[in-house]
Parts: sequence; structure tokens; C-alpha cells
Amino acid sequence: MVDTLGNVETLGRYPLFVTRDIDIPGIDRIEVYRQHGGYMALEKALTQFQPDELVDEVKKSGLRGRGGAGFGTGVKWSFLPKESKKPRYLCVNCDESEPGTFKDRMLMELLPHRVVEGTIITSFATKVHHAFLYVRGELAYAVAQMERAVREAYEAGFAGKNILGSGYDLEITVSTGAGAYICGEESALMESLEGKRGYPRLKPPFPALVGLYGGPTVINNCETIATVPAVVEYGAGTYAAYGTEKSKGTRLYCISGHVNRPGNYELPLGTPLRTLIEDFAGGMRGNKPLKAIIPGGSSTPLLAPDKLDIPMDYESVAEAGSMLGSGGIVVLDEDTCVVGAVLRMSEFYRDESCGKCTPCREGTFWLVQLLERLEAGHGKESDIALLDDICDNMLGKCFCPLGDAATMSISSSIKLFYDEYMHHITAHACLVGPGAVQVHEAVGAR
Amino acid sequence: MITDEVKDRMRAACARFPERRSGMLPCLHLAQEAEGYVTPEGIQAVAEVIGCKVDEVESIVTFYAMYFTKPVGKHIIKVCTSISCYLRGCDDLMAHLEQRLGIKRGETTPDGQFTLLPIECLAACGMAPVLQVNSEFVENVTMEHADALIERLKRGESVEGHPGEWEAAEHTAAVREAATATGTDRKKAE
Repeated sequence: MVDTLGNVETLGRYPLFVTRDIDIPGIDRIEVYRQHGGYMALEKALTQFQPDELVDEVKKSGLRGRGGAGFGTGVKWSFLPKESKKPRYLCVNCDESEPGTFKDRMLMELLPHRVVEGTIITSFATKVHHAFLYVRGELAYAVAQMERAVREAYEAGFAGKNILGSGYDLEITVSTGAGAYICGEESALMESLEGKRGYPRLKPPFPALVGLYGGPTVINNCETIATVPAVVEYGAGTYAAYGTEKSKGTRLYCISGHVNRPGNYELPLGTPLRTLIEDFAGGMRGNKPLKAIIPGGSSTPLLAPDKLDIPMDYESVAEAGSMLGSGGIVVLDEDTCVVGAVLRMSEFYRDESCGKCTPCREGTFWLVQLLERLEAGHGKESDIALLDDICDNMLGKCFCPLGDAATMSISSSIKLFYDEYMHHITAHACLVGPGAVQVHEAVGAR
Repeated sequence: MITDEVKDRMRAACARFPERRSGMLPCLHLAQEAEGYVTPEGIQAVAEVIGCKVDEVESIVTFYAMYFTKPVGKHIIKVCTSISCYLRGCDDLMAHLEQRLGIKRGETTPDGQFTLLPIECLAACGMAPVLQVNSEFVENVTMEHADALIERLKRGESVEGHPGEWEAAEHTAAVREAATATGTDRKKAE
């Protein structure tokens, strides 16, 4: 498989840059990983590149952050100051908890060495000597896999002092969260790593200048880090040969909801949504018509079925009125009550709001109150305008992106499904689903 | 009880960071592991190890959802209730478990065997509905699976859930298959 190095022809139309070896038994152990070319990219990085050249290589590859914002990875790295008095750090964001997203857990559980190798290369490129893997606390098996992979990397001389005789030193620490979605926000993650409540920090200063323990800090998503070895191994040009003009390479699309074959699919950016759902995810469950799509985790606006032919890259999804986000595609069929689904997503943000700023803490609470009332058939027509008004008072006015995220499914669903909201008010029942027959009583019981 | 051995492990956890305070969350996990929940004694021990006030530790305990401040059952069943599981029937699963165990969500059975909790997205959306027993995943749960699971746990047997539930291989195979078929002929090949 390594003989495919740099050759677009043999890689084919659907290359697997990140998940190439994921189905090999025992690939989570270092011996097997190395038998399949594991840590070759690290060796290449240490022997054939200067740190700054690696930053340029990743810039050239066009790799962008896979956590949600899609910021250029190499560009982010280059924001670190050349010199700094305080130590610099790398934080790998493995706090996966965006509803609809389940790629990082798979990588950590099945390909932990890929994440570790990416961590070491990234640390070398950014001249960092201490890297932290912040893994979500609930994912105990992922934590155990990452801890073992790091231990094995130390034993093999890929971490610790004088890595492969290069004179480069790196410590890697695996840390765990303890149940807080907000810690996936980069500044809250650093607070949590410092042993505090996961409250987001004011920006600027950005982490690249003042981050963990006050030092310059790089924070990258787990999948982004797991892609770095492939960029080094295959070369930036090969990686950038896939995808679209501005969204290069492949990414992991997580498909869930009402499809026949939910799962993670690594595909080139720009793959049409229709191909993802119909070819890879096996089409709609029970052949039911599609009602709506959440394209990038529950923090992104809903899309109607008329957007089924959009290419799934950062620009096209934005143009269609949503965001590529974390790549978590949630598919809703026509029997889904939109108000019920939006209520469920809104409850998440109410429960996960950290409470630091008022618009988010109060707003998420009141949004749920209103949606509960609507879903139960007790809503008033003015409630819809009130929902929009609260969203307007939150969007762009909260301390961190969680508040913005909470409004996305609500405002977009009101635009797309206004009549269905109205039906709840006039008929005192849902338009479709179990609540269509009689008024829900169970809503809000959780 | 927080033994000296637990305290040693707490100190070791702190030593992995440039600053001792960073050991706060790992120390609290250790305290909870030792006593089943975070007790006042556990909080005291963590404060000693970190070198901070008890109040500061309490403020952390109340922020993070994984720390219990009251006793919980031997088996903590956490049912994911977020959107992808919602679309695949987690509310029915939760209702079924409530009925089966004779408790409501958030409660513990009188014999102290089971605690039933809702939990936010567990990053297992492709295998929905999903639940965790303590920290072990059980995926694609049907009502029959849930019943069998409760029986197993009552008999003191293991969860028999994770690892091994990932269908990653299958999906990689799907991508491979698509990759080898040429262009638009891909569909015919399937």
C-alpha cells in the first residue's frame, strides 16, 4: 500500500488518506501499525524537513480544520510567534461531543497511532515540546487506546527525549474531560486543562499568542491531526489534488439518522450530498422521502431536500445557507416532526450552556420553554416571532459560539417549515409523527 | 475511603502536567472511582493534593456532569437522548428501561443495582440508539437487547458491548469498492 506514494492514478477517485488501514486487525498496536508504514511519515518529517518547511507543506496541502470552523491548518500554525519566553504547547481537541458527529471517537479507538503520529509531527513543525491530548471523559475506551498508543510511542523512541536521534524532545500527556460540551471550544478546553471550570476566554488574545499556561498554543481537532501524517507521506501536492479549489483533500463524513447504512465515510471534499446519502449511506431507510438535512452537526442550519445536489465542501454548503461544520450529517425523513427534532437539539444547548454569559444562559432556557409549548400544541402564533426575536438577541451577542449554535436549527427550521410550526398552533398537534394523532404529553419530561 | 494509595495516584496524575492544578479533573475521577461518587472526603483529599481550597474543588465538581455528588447504583445506565438517537427511537428505549427497572430517569433502584440517566450525544450516532453501562458502550440497542442486558447485569455478568461494535471495516470496504469501480459505472458495480 505504501507503493501508492504520491501517485494520484493509483490512489483512484476515492483515496483513503486517513482511514486507509482502519480495517486491518490489530492496527491499534504499534507493531502492526508500523508494518503498514506507520511512523514513516514521522521519520520523513524529522529527516527531510525543517519545522518551517513542514508548516509550508501543510499550507500548500490546503488542509483545513475539521473541528467546525475550517480554518487553514498551516496558516494557524504560522500564527505562533517565532520567539517566545514562555513554553509553547499543542492541544489536540479530542473532546468530540457535537450531536451527529462520531469520527474522532472512531479514529481514537481504531487508529490511535495515527493521531499520535500526527501529534508528534505537528509538535515538531510548530516547535512545541509538550503536547496534550484532551479526550472526552465519557469515551473511556478511546482514553485507554490513546494512553496505550502514547506509551507504545514512548517505548519505541517516537516520543520523549531525542526522538529518532534528531535532538528533538517531546512530552505527550493524555488528559480527560469530565462531561462538558463547552470544553470542545478551544479556550474553554485550555481552561479545563488548567484544572478550572470550562468557561471560554475572551479573544483576543488568541491562543497562538496567549494560550495554555499563558504560552503560545496551537489547538487542532483530532481528525485534522490524524490527516497530517498523510500530507507528509503523500506530499502536499497529492493531497491537494483531491477536493475542490478551496476545500482540499478528503474528510470524514459522519452520516446518521434515517438512512440504511449510517457510518463514517472518508471522501473527497465536494462529494455531492446525494452521493453520500444514496450511494454510500445506502439511501433513505424504508425508502421514505427526505424531509431535511443537518449538514455539519446540530450547530448548523437545516437544509431542505432541494439542496441534495450541493457539493459537500466548505464554500458550497455556506452558499446553500448552512455550514460544513464537523461533518456530522443528520438525515431526517418525512415522518419526523420538525418542531420535535428542533426541540431536542435545543435542549442540548440549554443543558450544555456553561452559564457564563446572559444571552446564552437565559436564551437557551427560554427557547426550550417556547418550543416545548409549541410541540405540546399549546403555542400561540406570536411564539414563532418570539423564537426569532430571542435568536436575534443571541446570534453574535454571546460570549462564545455555543450561543450562536443554539439558534441555528431554530431560525432555519422556521424559515423552511413555517407551515408546520403554524400547524402546531392551529391544530394543537404535530403535522407528522406520533404527535400528529393526539397532543404529546410526554414532551419535556426528560 | 481515600487511601494513601489513591492519594499517590492523584499525585502521579498531577505530575504529568507543568502545573499541579491541571491534575484537578483526573484527581476527581480517581476520587469518584475509589468511592463511587465524589464525597466530602474525596474533595478534601483532592484539595490537599492540588494545594487549593475545598471550595475551589467543589466549584469544579458542580460544573462537570460526570461527577456524582450522591451515591449511585452499581450499574449506571446512560441512554443517549441527543438528535441522532432521538431519530432512531431513544425515547422509546428510555421509556422501556424505566418500565423494566421500575424507576424514572435520574433515579436508582432501591437495591442499589441500577441508576438510569439520560446523557448528551455519546459520539456513536451511526450506531443509534446507544447507551453506556458505566463506561462501556452498547450500540444499536433494541428492546430485546436492553432486556437481555439487564438480565446479564443482574446475574453479575459483563456488558459484552464495546469494543468490536464498529462497522468501520464495512464502511471502508464500501469506499474501496466505490474507488475501484470506474466513474459513473460505480452504481452498476454495486
